[in-house]
Amino acid sequence: MSIFEYNGSALIAMVGKNCFAIASDRRLGVQLQTIATDFQRIYKVHDRLFLGLSGLATDAQTLYQRLVFRHKLYQLREERDMKPETFASLVSAILYEKRFGPYFCQPVIAGLGDEDKPFICTMDSIGAKELAKDFVVAGTASESLYGACEAMFKPDMEAEELFETVSQALLSSVDRDCLSGWGGHVYVVTPTEVRERILKGRMD
Amino acid sequence: MECVFGLVGNGFAILAADTSAVHSILVHKSNEDKIMILDSHKLVAASGEPGDRVQFTEYIQKNVALYQFRNGIPLTTAATANFTRGELATALRKNPYAVNILLAGYDKETGPSLYYIDYIATLHKVDKGAFGYGSYFSLSMMDRHYHSGMSLEEAVDLVDKCIMEIRSRLVVAPPNFVIKIVDKDGAREYAWRQSVKDGPVVSE
Repeated sequence: MSIFEYNGSALIAMVGKNCFAIASDRRLGVQLQTIATDFQRIYKVHDRLFLGLSGLATDAQTLYQRLVFRHKLYQLREERDMKPETFASLVSAILYEKRFGPYFCQPVIAGLGDEDKPFICTMDSIGAKELAKDFVVAGTASESLYGACEAMFKPDMEAEELFETVSQALLSSVDRDCLSGWGGHVYVVTPTEVRERILKGRMD
Repeated sequence: MECVFGLVGNGFAILAADTSAVHSILVHKSNEDKIMILDSHKLVAASGEPGDRVQFTEYIQKNVALYQFRNGIPLTTAATANFTRGELATALRKNPYAVNILLAGYDKETGPSLYYIDYIATLHKVDKGAFGYGSYFSLSMMDRHYHSGMSLEEAVDLVDKCIMEIRSRLVVAPPNFVIKIVDKDGAREYAWRQSVKDGPVVSE
């Protein structure tokens, strides 16, 4: 079994009209065994920037700690939050530093940039950035997620409709993947608020 | 072969571990204590490579004591768990420790807590956790009978149910178990469950 499939994960980020949604599953497993059903995969870097980390959980935790450290230093020096594009470049650089002994993670970055323009991107485990205008996916269920998102996505969705779309895409995809699931965690971020919601799906 | 499990009850956390020291097909001794009393209000149950288990847990114990000497107050359970994860993560890509850990503690402000830390430094706060082949039986037993806020009698009863299940269903079931608890009055040994009597227990 691949090291990326050791813990199991599913992540989506999707762009709406002046808003974005980022969602993950909640399972933490060790190969076939489920350890926990309340595992957090999405972290808030600042109010308008969220980071999701799929792949090996230990590397996701280490990488998150390193990135939060770098962002806090940036905040102290620059006296402002990092822009999503900048943060994505930082993540990419940190991943490529370990080119010949990488972190086994695939990050998904979603944020609101200048003029509240939503920004999403994903990258592979060695930092190859992939910018997208509509949606990005990661994790063991990524193939199903691509299909579900492609079918359900519409441009310029409002926050409520975006939430419904992301939730349905996530739940239907993880139901086809034994290593991810046990509910969902969805953040819908608009310029004025962040709404965090827990989904109940098939608990198996 | 090594069975370690634990759960959080009403104002306490309980850990159980088998007490067999095994080398290939030989049982060296069946009264090996694998649950270390880390400090007054913390317990560490460790399973894995015997040398690493003892060396790593003693290293953590001494560093926890050092913090208390230097700072005059003890580390919280969460801080200890994160410190332990940090040590495992740092060693992971150099000279990994093959030790799985369940860390149980009681803090005055936050009450009892249990942390699952596997050998590749995945950290998660849980209500119930288990390692080893025994986990296939004990986790299922706990999934069925556990509820939050169990009394000590109910929890010990559940631990005994898990031990019975392991003894009857695991082909290389260890004969003896030790149970330790931690609550507001501190960390202490609660009972042994022996079906094969070894020599007298040597305390340090």
